[in-house]
Amino acid sequence: MKNFKYLLVGIVFGLALTKGEAISWYRIQEMFYFESFHMYGIFMTAVPIGALSIFLIRKFQLKAVNGEVIEKTVKAYHPGVIFGGLIFGFGWALTGACPGPLYCQIGSGYLVVIVVLLAAAAGTWTYGLVKNHLPD
Amino acid sequence: MEVLYKPWPWYIAGAVIGLTVPTLLLLGNKRLGISSTLRQFCAMCVPANIPYFKYDWKQQSWNLFFAAGLLLGGFLGGYVFANPEPVKVTQGTLQLFSSWGLEDPKGLLPEDLFNFENLITLKGFLLMIVGGFLVGFGTRWAGGCTSGHGIMGLSALQWPSLVATVCFFIGGIIFSHFVLPYILAL
Repeated sequence: MKNFKYLLVGIVFGLALTKGEAISWYRIQEMFYFESFHMYGIFMTAVPIGALSIFLIRKFQLKAVNGEVIEKTVKAYHPGVIFGGLIFGFGWALTGACPGPLYCQIGSGYLVVIVVLLAAAAGTWTYGLVKNHLPD
Repeated sequence: MEVLYKPWPWYIAGAVIGLTVPTLLLLGNKRLGISSTLRQFCAMCVPANIPYFKYDWKQQSWNLFFAAGLLLGGFLGGYVFANPEPVKVTQGTLQLFSSWGLEDPKGLLPEDLFNFENLITLKGFLLMIVGGFLVGFGTRWAGGCTSGHGIMGLSALQWPSLVATVCFFIGGIIFSHFVLPYILAL
């Protein structure tokens, strides 16, 4: 099972999101009201560590364990980055969860979030349907 | 043993989240991102001849394993070793919640709002169904979510990801300040 290792990484990532309370609706509202440093602290620790890691991987031209060259990650600009970004932000404020935390909330026993995840899948499906009529 | 139940400080959670970026790259040249799993489900279950869902999703099935891991991580951290204490939000946040007519935090999210009975109320429909729909629509249009843009894209110093992340926050701040209070008052 070559994909089994990603299950393990997912468990650790999910533990960090859950134990860091980044999956908490309360923490997300607190963040949007600038009441606490907590969530900003998570971002401000995670991003520099991620950036330093990528810098080192590229500097030493490290390869993945399967021998593949790790290419530069490119995120292209298109208008969806703004419009889609805002729309996601609207939803984030309501559900208090981005896609990763939705899975963790379900795992934490909040089974009603399965419905939220299905609604998110419906949103993605609708995006696929109307994609060609949107500016991107 | 007690330590297993405690929440993690932000710098530990942040460090583990940050280290996920090189772990996935080194393990299999994979880029952190979760909203793509929503596209995967659509491609698997209801592709409906839509070009966006006609791709070889099996090639990217690693992210389904990753999502299953998130579910298990949530189960371990939020159920098996759930913190018995409420989330320690600030005093100002508690006042905000009480001004919204919410009780003090219990667990990770307010069960008074997020429950099956509420799905058929306007309030619950807007919070869970409409909210979820906007998350799924917006993240895919933006080409990533808080992980794909906010962590991975920013770590790779991609300026479009910075634009996306700023827009996530602008959208969230607008809705949490000017829309959510009215929905909660329904």
